Amino acid sequence: MMALRHDNHSWRKIKSALASALSMLAAVLVIAPLGLVFFYLLQKGAGSVNWHFFTQLPKPVGEAGGGMANAIAGTGELLGIASLIGIPIGVLGGVYLAEYGSARSNWWLRFVADILNGVPSITWGVVVYGMVVLTFKSFSAYAGGLALGFMMIPLIMRTTEEVLLLVPNGYREASLALGISRWKTIVHIVMKTASKGIITGILLALARIAGETAPLLFTAFGNRFWNRNLAEPIAALPLQIFSYAISPYEDWHRQAWAGALVLVVGIFVINVLVRFLTRDRTVRIL
Amino acid sequence: MPAVEGRAHAKLEVPPPSRFADKAFEWLTLAMALAVVLLVILVGWQLARGSSAAIQKFGFHFLATSTWDPVAEQFGALPFIYGTVVSSLIALLIAVPLSIATAIYLTELAPLWIRQPLTSLIEMLAAIPSVILGLWGIFVMIPFLRDYPFPFLKKYLGWSGLFTGPIYGVSMLAGGIIIAIMILPIITSVSREILRSVPNLQREAAYALGATRWEVTRIAVLSYAKRGLFGAVILGLGRALGETMAVTMVIGNTPQIATSLFAPGYTLASVIANEFTEATTDLYLEALFEIGLVLFGITILANLIGQLLLRTLKTSSGTRGA
Amino acid sequence: MAVNTMSSSTPTSQSGAMNPTPTSPATAAELVTANAFAVKDLSIWYGEKQAIKNISIDIPVMAITAIIGPSGCGKSTFIRCLNRMHELVPRTRVEGKILFHGEDLYAAGSDPAMVRRRVGMVFQKSNPFPTMSIEENVLVGLRLNGVRNRQVLNERLEKSLRRAALWDEVKNDLKKPGMSISGGQQQRLCIARALAVEPEVLLMDEPCSALDPIATAKIEELIRELRDQYTIVIVTHNMQQASRVSDRTAFFYVGELIEFGDTAQLFNRPRERQTEDYITGRFG
Repeated sequence: MMALRHDNHSWRKIKSALASALSMLAAVLVIAPLGLVFFYLLQKGAGSVNWHFFTQLPKPVGEAGGGMANAIAGTGELLGIASLIGIPIGVLGGVYLAEYGSARSNWWLRFVADILNGVPSITWGVVVYGMVVLTFKSFSAYAGGLALGFMMIPLIMRTTEEVLLLVPNGYREASLALGISRWKTIVHIVMKTASKGIITGILLALARIAGETAPLLFTAFGNRFWNRNLAEPIAALPLQIFSYAISPYEDWHRQAWAGALVLVVGIFVINVLVRFLTRDRTVRIL
Repeated sequence: MPAVEGRAHAKLEVPPPSRFADKAFEWLTLAMALAVVLLVILVGWQLARGSSAAIQKFGFHFLATSTWDPVAEQFGALPFIYGTVVSSLIALLIAVPLSIATAIYLTELAPLWIRQPLTSLIEMLAAIPSVILGLWGIFVMIPFLRDYPFPFLKKYLGWSGLFTGPIYGVSMLAGGIIIAIMILPIITSVSREILRSVPNLQREAAYALGATRWEVTRIAVLSYAKRGLFGAVILGLGRALGETMAVTMVIGNTPQIATSLFAPGYTLASVIANEFTEATTDLYLEALFEIGLVLFGITILANLIGQLLLRTLKTSSGTRGA
Repeated sequence: MAVNTMSSSTPTSQSGAMNPTPTSPATAAELVTANAFAVKDLSIWYGEKQAIKNISIDIPVMAITAIIGPSGCGKSTFIRCLNRMHELVPRTRVEGKILFHGEDLYAAGSDPAMVRRRVGMVFQKSNPFPTMSIEENVLVGLRLNGVRNRQVLNERLEKSLRRAALWDEVKNDLKKPGMSISGGQQQRLCIARALAVEPEVLLMDEPCSALDPIATAKIEELIRELRDQYTIVIVTHNMQQASRVSDRTAFFYVGELIEFGDTAQLFNRPRERQTEDYITGRFG
């Protein structure tokens, strides 16, 4: 009897240890792709990242060298246009959720924002194509930026709401008790207190859309040259990586890896920066 | 006395607040918040408008026929729907056990010091753009799959019919695997949130009965979190269905319905990505818009179900304001 | 405006209130005639729950009125009605009337922001704005209400900090963050911030409950100094504090006003049995 109970107990312990081991294995498998992707990015891309990569236009097929200067600039311009749309709408919408909305209307708005977050990125390309490209009969930087900007809205709205809700109510009360109006309280006290959190949310949204390709395929379209007019097609780093990756040329593959490395490093730098920004805040109020 | 004078003075210099500004600001923020609702409507409307002629011409046959022949202007979406569903199911099959096990590890079983770094790494995986994963898929994953696991599967599991035929590398299976990698982080992080929201009381009660760590997890945590975890899986499915770039680069882009997972396939999202700028006729473009509409419909459905499953767990979070 | 006539007429009546032992009935009667607030049949609900039950009370001008009672008795809710702060809590309902110098605080045309400029508030937990310096904290009310004149701002900065008995301690550190000073100093900074907009009334919601005894003593001393320039209403669960600083005391119990009277009388010869039980520590 005693022996049996003892056995049963050790079996349970073994089972527990086994579960721990298996779940750890799963965790290793989940992060394995990260390591593998990074390893190959460095191995295949690092050699082609040089001064020319950042300063030159792509070379025609057959000519070695060249760079992605126009695509890097293009990504910057597209992110700029997207910010003009995504930041004001996202931030102010987040303010409504955190400061004004009733529990009921907020439930719906959050729900819709989360649904919107789940809309496939390619869909935004199709929608903006129908809205802008067909209307103006041209692919353009505006169209690409608009597609990315639409994607930013729900992202920023939700993070802004979250950080505003972290601001203790005491600050709102203290401000209102001074006879400061509601909107000035929100802008000058609440948003100012949460400003780092809001900026963090914006940076994360930018990092998230910087690598988006699908919404740009038939909006920004890509361009082998400098874009001199935002109403015309514009190059973007992810687009360039895509078209080089599926091309049959060895040299372009190398360029694609280099572009991918640059893009990933850029995105990771933003992420690490954000984590650094948020680290010292969690200790204090935000 | 000077104090009293000071007060009277203050009344003159400070203008009353503008109630108009207050109202205006509230309405402005409301309008911005309503943008999300407008956007959903905009998407649906644009897609429906762009595909109206195709919808009229093909009706429900569009969803049920498998001929995709732009030259003959015959458009049936079945192969793409099939490809989307099968590749997503493969992805779920791989990603769900891994993600949920990882989430359990992160919240219940892992040593405390490792939890935060591991979570950060998973967030970094989520930050890798789809197109870069696709690039890696083409040049690293596909050759590897072609040379090692695929022949192995063909040899030992070929009898099942799922792993037969020529091995190209690019295939439905490769598409499923790459989608799995894309959705691992989201299922993991949502599951992790769900598990973290299980009240500690649940765990303590089980520990008090002398349960082992795993038993606590199984009895107290998982049974409590079942519904939420299902929600996480459905959200992952929503992402999988709409995943575009990486899968386009490895699935082979052939509109066919084949039993073998080694055969190339095509998804709704990939066909839009590949053929949209090549659509030479109006009807072709309309058909692609309709594909977009179908894709939008099924991803919205998945997200709707997933979000509702997650939301019924949480009590409505606090709101402020009168 | 009625306010100004009130303010200029009060210094005479308040000399009686300044008396360290305010016991003479004549003084009390005189105070009652000069009311800052006249509250009539006030009831407040949070959703279904009634927090204040049919309270009528007159709060004298240029005096310190303490509100005591066990926690949950509605004392905080009550003073938050005096400057319409309770409106920030959703699903609140108010019935009854509050007249402030004869004007209905809740009249349709009355603006809560204007009410709050005249009726300032200091909170339980000191809450200087974390992104602002000491100077910015004091001046934020003026600046955000449109005062730009640098000279006026400088004058007001010094005056407010002096009145809050903080000037000497911080005059060389005005640019330092408001959060960098000690808890007691932070609370006095909050008082200075409230005084800077020149309110007529100062509501204090347990202003010392988070402070150590020395800091508490400083705040109490400050409150007494402010008495000749402001109408002060202080909520406290500390009966000794109420008896030390206030002229009049109101005892609240589960949303009802049990007794209101001269502080010395209320503590020495309470009229109501419940008051006596509370101040002798038999419940609460």
